[in-house]
Amino acid sequence: MNTKKLGAGLAAVALVAGLAACSSGGTTTPGVTTGQKLTMLIGSSGDAETNAVQAAANAWAKTSGNTVEVVAASDLTQQLSQGFAGGTPPDIFYMGWDQFGTYAQNKYLDAYAKDLPNAGDFYPSLKDTFTYKGTFTCAPKDFSTLGLIINTDMWKAAGLTDADYPKDWAGLESVAKKLTTDKVAGLSFGLEYARVGVFMSQAGGSLVSSDGKTVTADTPENLAGLKEIQKLHDDGVLKFPSEINSGWSGEALGKGAAAMVIEGPWIKGIKGDFPDTHYQAVELPAGPGGKSTFTFTNCWGIPAGSKTTAAAVDLVKFLTSDEQQLKFADAFGVIPSTESAAKQYATKFPENASFVKSNDYAVSPVNFAGSATVISDFNSQLANLIGGDAKAILASLQTTLQAALDQANSK
Amino acid sequence: MAKGIRGGEASRGWLFISPALIIIGLFLVLPILLALWVSFSDWNGLGSPLSGNTSFVGTKNYEKLLVDPGLSQRDFGTSIRNNFYYVILVVPLQTALALFLAVQVNRRILKARGFFRTAFYFPSVTSSIAITGIFIFLFSASGAINALLGWLGINGPNWLADPSGVIHNFLKLFGVNSAPAPLAAAGPLGISWWEWLAGPSVAMCMLITLAIFTTSGTFMLIFLAGLQSIGSEIDEAALMDGTGPFRKFFSITLPMLKPTLFTVITLGLIGTWQLFDQIYLTGGGAPGKTLLTPAYLSYQTSFKGLNWGEGAAMAFLLFLLIVALTLLQRYVLRDRRKGDRLDKTMRREIATQAELAKGKSI
Repeated sequence: MNTKKLGAGLAAVALVAGLAACSSGGTTTPGVTTGQKLTMLIGSSGDAETNAVQAAANAWAKTSGNTVEVVAASDLTQQLSQGFAGGTPPDIFYMGWDQFGTYAQNKYLDAYAKDLPNAGDFYPSLKDTFTYKGTFTCAPKDFSTLGLIINTDMWKAAGLTDADYPKDWAGLESVAKKLTTDKVAGLSFGLEYARVGVFMSQAGGSLVSSDGKTVTADTPENLAGLKEIQKLHDDGVLKFPSEINSGWSGEALGKGAAAMVIEGPWIKGIKGDFPDTHYQAVELPAGPGGKSTFTFTNCWGIPAGSKTTAAAVDLVKFLTSDEQQLKFADAFGVIPSTESAAKQYATKFPENASFVKSNDYAVSPVNFAGSATVISDFNSQLANLIGGDAKAILASLQTTLQAALDQANSK
Repeated sequence: MAKGIRGGEASRGWLFISPALIIIGLFLVLPILLALWVSFSDWNGLGSPLSGNTSFVGTKNYEKLLVDPGLSQRDFGTSIRNNFYYVILVVPLQTALALFLAVQVNRRILKARGFFRTAFYFPSVTSSIAITGIFIFLFSASGAINALLGWLGINGPNWLADPSGVIHNFLKLFGVNSAPAPLAAAGPLGISWWEWLAGPSVAMCMLITLAIFTTSGTFMLIFLAGLQSIGSEIDEAALMDGTGPFRKFFSITLPMLKPTLFTVITLGLIGTWQLFDQIYLTGGGAPGKTLLTPAYLSYQTSFKGLNWGEGAAMAFLLFLLIVALTLLQRYVLRDRRKGDRLDKTMRREIATQAELAKGKSI
């Protein structure tokens, strides 16, 4: 009897201690924009980015009377999940486009962006990405679009000039053929939705109807996009990075295994490994459905129900100002998310002007809640695209994506 | 209860073990109970799962994985299939190799035994992340393994990027390129029988090699301890009876190592069903989801998809699977007492005699 009671008592103590560990309290007060201690979690590309963000945060902290601690995450998604589950999310954080839908649907995010004074200055396509159920939720931080990156030395060696930059698919096929040799693939890109989807979009296809209710994956337009990739590969002018022994197509471009790749402004990162490769970025060629490319972006996320929201929003205002965004562009090469700052960026960095220009017609990849699993399933099925049945892949995508969309819309 | 000199012993006993109880309760029992609750709830990872915004959803999460046709079920089925082939190849091979190595380094005539023991054990003490990194380089399209195969005139595959199953590839040699009609039908967990029979992908073969290489050293050590507890007088007795080395191994060494064998196989089963590090490092299931394992899928579903209930349900299904397989293994390796069979024969004989005595024909 005694022992049982004691045992139960011990279990109760353990339970209470466990529950106490689960809850946590903040000492900050809401609505106040001074004297706050903010934590910022970022997915940093390197020291240059971390230092620049910390410097900007410090500048704001000094004038506003707050302090900001910038933490560079080693795995942003996982650390964010842990923070939210433990009840201690960072006060402000990088929110990727691909996770946004899931986070917004689960009410993780504070929808502060619609009230920002500069809400109208952002690119509409970026605002669309971060709009959940009609509400512009978080402020875009920067963006990247996909372009055609050309090895200029190989381009000249093949007797091509500036006038030969491909304008359409036929042009792409013919230059890729001219650039292909025994050792060099004319064109290379990763076989995944984030690249393949561009071809589907250029053919006039999309994955979700404009009212957001129906999936439009299994259409002749999307099929035409996939067929074009099959054709380029069958002609021997397109090789995927794994086929030319590269981790990604940027590496293939750097070591001269591919003459053209489809990548974004981050391509400049290959400079460290391959300083002697000369390249130039141009807009992607248009397909039968017109010009198109993907735009990838991050926003400044602020957790819902946070006690430091007012201060965090003030910080976002500062960070998304044209002046500060151009400083970030100088420090680590991101493209500003407001149209006016992006225009200035394009004149300052002419080598990246094509990325800015193509954002005028760029579309955002699908990112509604739960779509990520479907897209990764699509990516795994794309492995069978070459020599396989493109229509069957789209039919499977249609079923799985529609199921995910219905579930997302039902919440 | 009369209180004598031993009165209050029990409560003091509880007091003494309470630190251990609290630690185990707090860090083991409580989290497991919490996870069990999460697997039956719709917790979305926001705040505590015991707070008001989480509700009980019954077995919905389990149904999604086991019954409802859809992507969740298919992904789970694929991960089980991948891991199944991994386990079925890794466990026997690593056990056999570990036993072989242990017997070799246990021989007295072997010179530099200490060196060999250290050398074979070395991969086990190196971090799995570092070894996986090295293997990724070795098995890259133009890596050392393919260079070696090239000297033998074999055109090596692009190991880590090849999602094709080895059984499928083998059948292709006989002109079987797609599912024969009876196998095309849907099998358990939403993937067709043909997909179940794909075998480990070429990429998975790399991880299988890696696992055998790293863990056989650990198990060699366990076998070595087992071998050294076999007294030399038994060896001598066997020698006197004129057994050869093979007979001695299979009739004496192996039966005496049975408890060790049980330990090694159990540890192997548990470890291989929880494959995670290598998957995390090789790109989360790529190529073509053939490296997806339940442990990784559970992580991905929880942390990336924020479907914590489904992720927890997956973890518990994996737990049940491991328990079931361990029990099965226990049953297979149980001590079969020859006496039982003898008794049965004898009893039948006695019964027959009794029937005969009664004058009945059989």
